[in-house]
Formats: sequence, C-alpha cells, structure tokens
Amino acid sequence: MNVIVCIKQVPGTNEVKMNNETNTIIREGVESIVNPFDVYAIEEGVRIKERTDGKVTAISMGIPSVAEMLRETIALGVDEAVLLSDRAFAGSDTLATAYALSMGIKKIGAYDLIICGKQAIDGDTAQVGPSLAEKLGIPHTTYVRKIDEIRDGYIRCERMTDDGYEVIEMTLPALITVVKEINEPRLPSLKGMMRAKKAQIPVWTADDVGADKELCGLKGSPTQVIRTFVPVHETKSEMIQGEPAEQARILVEKLLSMQFETAK
Amino acid sequence: MMSDIKIIDEKCTGCRLCIGGCPFNAIIVENKKARILENCTLCGACVSSCKFGAIDFTKDESDNLPDISAYHGVWVFGEQKNAVPAGVVLELLGEGRRLADELGTQLSAVILGENLKEAAKTLIAHGADNVYVVDDPSLKDFADEPYTDVFVQLIRRFKPEIVLFGATTYGRSIAPRISSRINTGLTADCTKLEIDPERKILMQTRPAFGGNLMATIICPNHRPQMSTVRPKVMKPLEADPSRKGKIIKPQVTIPTELKTKVAKVVTELTEMVNLTEADIIVSGGRGVAAPENFAMLEELAKVLGGAVGASRAAVDAGWIPYSHQVGQTGKTVGPKVYFACGISGSVQHQAGMSSSDTIIAINKDPDAPMFKIATFGIVGDLFEVIPELIKEFKARLS
Repeated sequence: MNVIVCIKQVPGTNEVKMNNETNTIIREGVESIVNPFDVYAIEEGVRIKERTDGKVTAISMGIPSVAEMLRETIALGVDEAVLLSDRAFAGSDTLATAYALSMGIKKIGAYDLIICGKQAIDGDTAQVGPSLAEKLGIPHTTYVRKIDEIRDGYIRCERMTDDGYEVIEMTLPALITVVKEINEPRLPSLKGMMRAKKAQIPVWTADDVGADKELCGLKGSPTQVIRTFVPVHETKSEMIQGEPAEQARILVEKLLSMQFETAK
Repeated sequence: MMSDIKIIDEKCTGCRLCIGGCPFNAIIVENKKARILENCTLCGACVSSCKFGAIDFTKDESDNLPDISAYHGVWVFGEQKNAVPAGVVLELLGEGRRLADELGTQLSAVILGENLKEAAKTLIAHGADNVYVVDDPSLKDFADEPYTDVFVQLIRRFKPEIVLFGATTYGRSIAPRISSRINTGLTADCTKLEIDPERKILMQTRPAFGGNLMATIICPNHRPQMSTVRPKVMKPLEADPSRKGKIIKPQVTIPTELKTKVAKVVTELTEMVNLTEADIIVSGGRGVAAPENFAMLEELAKVLGGAVGASRAAVDAGWIPYSHQVGQTGKTVGPKVYFACGISGSVQHQAGMSSSDTIIAINKDPDAPMFKIATFGIVGDLFEVIPELIKEFKARLS
C-alpha cells in the first residue's frame, strides 16, 4: 500500500507573543515546526506501510529551507520526501496550493491513500485536503479518527462529526484528513535519524511537475488578503470577591441580569 | 509578467514600520534599508505600512479572467439533519439577508435532503426569498460526493455571486470540494462579512494564527465568492411565518456510481457534546483533577441547558473524550457564556473560545491567563464554587 503524506511547515505557536507597541505578532526567533496535525498523518502513513508493505512519501510546498523539515519526517519512518519550491508558487491560496500539490503527486506516481492533517495551525483553513482530493478526482473524508480497515481498493474509517461520528467506506485511491485522536506518534528512531541525514530531498519546480503557471501562486489564487490586523480584546475583567456561596450568588445575579437565554 | 515586490532604496528610511506590517516575518532591515526575504508570499500587506512609498508592489492580474457579470444573488447552504436546518443556517440567512439587501439582490437557500417541505418553510420564515429544494431519498443524510455534485450543478446553472456555508464539520468538508471544482475562491471560518460599497464585492474577515491575527480577504475576479462562517457569530432573524418566498425544485442529476458510502451515522450524547451549536459551555481543565469530577460540570451544564467542554490537559489525561476538546487542536466554539473551570488558559485553548460573548474563569491561581480575557473571574476552589453555582442557578431558574 503506497501512502502520500502532505506536510506544511508552520511557526511553532507556543512562542506567539504580541508586541504591544506595534500590535503585531513577534515572530523573531520563533522556530519553524512540522504542523502538529501532520505528525499524526505521518504516523498513520507509517503504520499503514508497516502493516501492508509499501512506501510512504512526504510532500510539501514551501521555501527551499523546508527541505530540512522534510528530512525530519524521514527520521519518523517516511521513505522518501519531495519539496515543491519555486518563486511561481509564492502567494498561493488554498486553491493554488491544492493545484500545485496535485501536480507534484501526479509526478510521484501510483498511490493508494493520501493523508493530510486536519488543518494547519497557522492558516486554520482545513481547505487544502478536500480541495486537493477534488483536483485529483478522488474521494475524501475529513476529521478521520480511526481507520477500521484498509486493503486493496478499499478503506473503512471513522469520521468525527459535530455530534458523534460516522463510519465511511471509500474506494481507493482516496484522501483522508486526520485528527489527533487517531494515534500517538512515535519519536524519531536512531536508525531513522541516520537515514534522514543521508537522504536526498529532491526539489521540484513548477516546470518539473508540469504545472500551468496561470494556476500557480498569486496568479492562480482567486482570494487576496487585503488587510491583516491584530484583534483588540476590550474585556474589562471583573473579579468577584467573597466566600464561595457569595461569589456564586453575585455571578448568577450578574449573568441573569444580562438576559442570556438558558436551554433553547 | 510575474508579480513582484521591491524596496525602493532611495525612499526607504530604515524606519522598520514594514516589519510590523508583514504577517509572515519576511522583511528585515539591514544597513538601514529594508530587505524582503524569500519567504515573502507577495500578499502586499506591507505596502500600506510604509509611510514613504518605498515598497513597490506590482500585482499580476491574469489576462484571461473569467466573465463574472452573469452572477447574481446570495446563497446559503441549508445544512440539515433529519430534515431540520442546522442552527447556523438560520444565522447565515440573517446575515445573508443583510448582504442581499445591501447589494439589492435576492437571498436564496439551497437545501438537499428528504421530506423538506417544513424545512423550506422555516428557511423562508427566516429570510430567504427563494428556496432551491432537492428532495430525494438518496440525499437524506449528508454525504460529500453527491452533495458536491448536485450543488455544483446548481451553481453552474443559477450563478449566485455569493455562497455561504456554516463552518461545521460538513460545511468545511464540502465547501472546499465545491470551490475546487468550480475554481473559485473560498475563505474559511469567517467571523465578519461586509460589502465593499464601491466595488460591491464581499469582504471576508477571519481569524488566523489561532486567533492572534485577523485577515480580511476578497475574491474579486472569480464567482461565486464563497465563505464558510463560524457558527454562533451571525444573528438569525426572528421567524416570520407570514413571509412569502418561492420554492424552486430544479431538475438535477443525482450521481449513482459513488466512491464513498456512509455506512453508519452515530450520534453520541447529543446535548452534552454538540459544542459548536451550544449557547452555554461548561469546560473543565487540569484543575478538575479526576474524571469523576466532570460529573459536577455536567450537572451545571444540564441546569443551564449547555454542553461540556474540556481543555487539552483534561483530554490528554484521559478524563474526557477528545470530542469535548476546545482549543486549537480541538473544536472552535463561540457560545454566549463560556465557563472555564480549572483551565489556566493557554494561547492554544484561548484560540478555540476567545470569541465567546461572556467568559467566566474559575481558578485557584489568581495569575491564570484566563482571568485576563474573562468577563467575570472567581479566584477560588472550583469544588466549592461550582456546587454553589448549581444550587443558585437551580433556585433562580426553577
């Protein structure tokens, strides 16, 4: 069973701090990490490979230094990794990203399953997975928390919904996006780290994957960011003092006077 | 010609203002001149930050843009379960009504499912001028594949200029699939929608970076302009059963050879878990200390008709299932009232709940970050405070 895992490099958000003078996010010195949800995607891909004997390929789109991040995925059990990197990809929205990834995946060749993390923690869109599946003409399922069964041409998995879950069957090839409940990722192995050190990470340009530049980057992106700003939270916190019973009484009084609706 | 961005060295004073204007940390100042790094995404956000006109940004607009003049009207995807429209659909109709009136156009809802007569009436009562109804047993439950197929047929035939989806599990799955097939733009999880009064286009504002940055996004040259919208942000209209609307039953081809099959739909503890639709959420964190203590939070939630949430710490400790997790790696919620009980309030947790109308923090530690964003704070032992709250609410609400 051949699996392709899509990876994004994101800023490690634990470090997010605000500069109160300029009202912007301080990102100096913030390290880049593999998007946390993609780590679950990698682990699931490696587990499928181990069960069914196949190959896991990681793919990412980004600036040249992302190749080093892809190297880390090899230490986690990924067999091969490729990077799509080209000035022509700069400024891609989710549609242009999905297109570029679809062209890269077509060049990688035959696959059974594509796994993406549920969403990236910087953009939080959760759009690239379904959009990519559409570009490849394969079915998809989002928010997968468990793969019940996977074999030639068939997958059965559980998808989390807003009020429970669904059991979904798909023909392969297919794409899934995974939530963190799906597994507990392993740490890199020593053998893996040594393999990662020696690994070649090919870098493919738009021309290498035969991408139409009209559909790449800023040019291929229907959406445009016209403004970014830092939200102002004007909360005036009010601390409620007293003994627990007194605190409870005051709080309930305040909430009820705000006329919030109870049970619909 | 490619899009390009350059610093005009003669104009640049090295004032560093552009560094703050860049959401991607792609500008540095070296030798008193700004320099743009290779991780620049050509978003153009820095241009307005420069007081000296020293950033030269040329945006490449494709020459063969699609003809968008035929697209009119605002659409809302009528997500339903058991033929009842989801709460967010009514919110979107309220918002869609406002947008349609501003544009001087019509508001339509599109609903796919089975036995939709009552649902269609509800949609009209909440503001729709038209309801496109595709009523078929095979569409009873949501499924990505046939829903996408039918919806795309309708968009291609009736050409709406704006399509809104709830940012629910289903909405966030089907909307990117549809926009990808049509090759138009889609903005995720919007919290504010406005019409640019001059260009008559949709300005979509959404949080990114876990809510630390807001971005306003447009889709100027492609139609429809598509958004998923966060539940509990927009306001529904009062239902008006006397409103008149048109019910349209378009002919569509429902695909039969499907690659996906929904084998089973399982609803788990509906009222306690459906966080995204809840008006009141009682969440517990590390301070709850043991799985059995969640019973107390459940009781408070029950008294208030709310749902139970949890922080990552409580979920990782195995005290409560992941489906309850609120935060960056869990669910994003925006209830009227959010009780954070024994939750310190990490950036990641706040990312999932900071848009709640009223936040109540109950924590032993007076320095817990949650107090900074709380409307009301109680420094105290939650095991003493919550039973008192339950007692008080019971007495006042009975």
